[in-house]
Amino acid sequence: MNQISTFERIVRGLLIALVLLFFLFPIFWILLMSFQTNEQILRIPPSLFFEPTLQNYVALLTGRLQTAAGNLDIAFMRNLGNSLLLSTSSVLLALALGVPAAYAFARYKFRLGESIAFTLLSFRFAPPLLVLLPLSLFFRQLHLTDTYIGLIWVYQLICLPLILWIVRGYFEDISPDIEHAYRISGHGWWKTFRKIAIPLARPGIAAAGLLAFIFAWNNFIFALILASASKQPVTVGALAFVTASGIQYGQIAAAIVLSVTPTLLLALYAQRYLVEGLSLGAVKG
Amino acid sequence: MALTDSVRSSMTTATQHSQTATRAPARRRALRQALPYLLSLPALLVCIGILIPFFTAVYYSMMRFRLNLPMLKGFIWFDNYISFLSDGAFWNTLSISLIYAFVTVTGELILGLGIALLLVRPTRLNNAVSIMLLLPLMTAPALAALMWKLMTNPNFGILSYLVSLLGFENFKWASDPSTALLTVVLVDIWVYTPFIMILLLAGLRSLPKQPFEAAALDGVPRSFVFFRITLPMLMPYIITATLFRLLDSIQQFDIIYSMTQGGPGDRLMVFQVQSYLEFFQYTNVGRSAALLIVLWAITYALSNLFIKHWLKLRERAHGPA
Repeated sequence: MNQISTFERIVRGLLIALVLLFFLFPIFWILLMSFQTNEQILRIPPSLFFEPTLQNYVALLTGRLQTAAGNLDIAFMRNLGNSLLLSTSSVLLALALGVPAAYAFARYKFRLGESIAFTLLSFRFAPPLLVLLPLSLFFRQLHLTDTYIGLIWVYQLICLPLILWIVRGYFEDISPDIEHAYRISGHGWWKTFRKIAIPLARPGIAAAGLLAFIFAWNNFIFALILASASKQPVTVGALAFVTASGIQYGQIAAAIVLSVTPTLLLALYAQRYLVEGLSLGAVKG
Repeated sequence: MALTDSVRSSMTTATQHSQTATRAPARRRALRQALPYLLSLPALLVCIGILIPFFTAVYYSMMRFRLNLPMLKGFIWFDNYISFLSDGAFWNTLSISLIYAFVTVTGELILGLGIALLLVRPTRLNNAVSIMLLLPLMTAPALAALMWKLMTNPNFGILSYLVSLLGFENFKWASDPSTALLTVVLVDIWVYTPFIMILLLAGLRSLPKQPFEAAALDGVPRSFVFFRITLPMLMPYIITATLFRLLDSIQQFDIIYSMTQGGPGDRLMVFQVQSYLEFFQYTNVGRSAALLIVLWAITYALSNLFIKHWLKLRERAHGPA
């Protein structure tokens, strides 16, 4: 395996270039489009060289969109704020609920423990609509339709299983001896959990939290069904925006860029953890 | 575990003795036994609230329940399911969902394995490439579909332009029944191939080195090494990744809904899109719920298989739990 011929090296290089082209080109192209006016976008043949404009972003940031039919108010910045609020609070709640549970599953063999863990895991695999459609009827009765709380609660379906299973793996990898030693020196359970267990599992908790944030941000179907117009995150908002603005392609591209940038930056920042997180800790590199 | 427990309890009782009452240790022990339940209870409670709608959905699926005709509401046992048997729309949904899942996962598996093999040496370039490939996976699928919608727009889409250079004038992508499936499959492959690639890359890099070194020493041909050593050893990872993706793919909603809302016609009416429309467009709650229960039965069978394989992998990575 060590000797690689020049020919093979060239072929491998070409293949890698093709792979990169296929997977990165769409992001690159939409980024370019977001800096183009509609006239530049509609030009044929498409060109890589154009005079970039910021007008699409300005329109989104100020919330006023000039169309041929007149001015149109767009709530896109509100969607962006909703995404931020929903994802952050869902992850924080899921961490508060999930980390102690993960610790319990990792440290104690208790009846019901495994079955609870699997029930939570199986949420990951059930068709989301099965739960969402009845919920949409309940939400109307409970007056949760127009609240963030209802959505944050339902977002636990995405965040909790992830956090539970990743963090559990981390706790299992930490030897309980350290905790025992600390307890023997006279410290209570809660202090041990706070001062020893959590700091040691911190990389796992961070990874799980970041990944849960990304998945919450990227979620579409939950909010499509349960969120009223004023509470919608970017994924749903962008689609509504496409329907409403019709042919404002530059703004659509800019909206997409603004919507995907946070998760892509987080992904690059947290890439070390993603592999583990994505496989729910099954594959340790 | 039992040993450390007894040590621990003797330690606590010892410290207790020096302090105060005789009833305290018993209470402490009770508390300690309840501790795991107390710790996992909040998480469980939050999820139980979500389990209730599940049972409601089962109940709805056996009802004649239309939001626009409330007076017709009534329990009809399995009539919704029985009506599926003679319903062309149901069979269309079932077959398009299965085809979609099969085509996307096959494509992603082949591509993902190919790319993982390409990047298996941990050089700086390869690592950088594998990180870049995370980007599509971390793009919201609904937004990825919108990106591709812009690129396949018949008026200015770059892909429509490129395809026209190849001689396919008026290639309509998602709006033509004959190419709609191809288009959404392409988006799915764009988003999810990196997932399979990452799992298989981690698998490949964790394989023991000796068999490959021995094969290299003996001058065994590469195709033999691949089919007889690499592939069998990688199989648990392949199966896990495949099942994981199948589970997601058969439930695909985001990409298809954002791209075509199930159209053109009923070309892409996969389970979740169909039941979404049954619910919100035709307000037929009973039928919509029954469709989802059928989908749930399929995913339940698959997920049991998945969890079995995944636990095996997990045990291998962590040591027996």
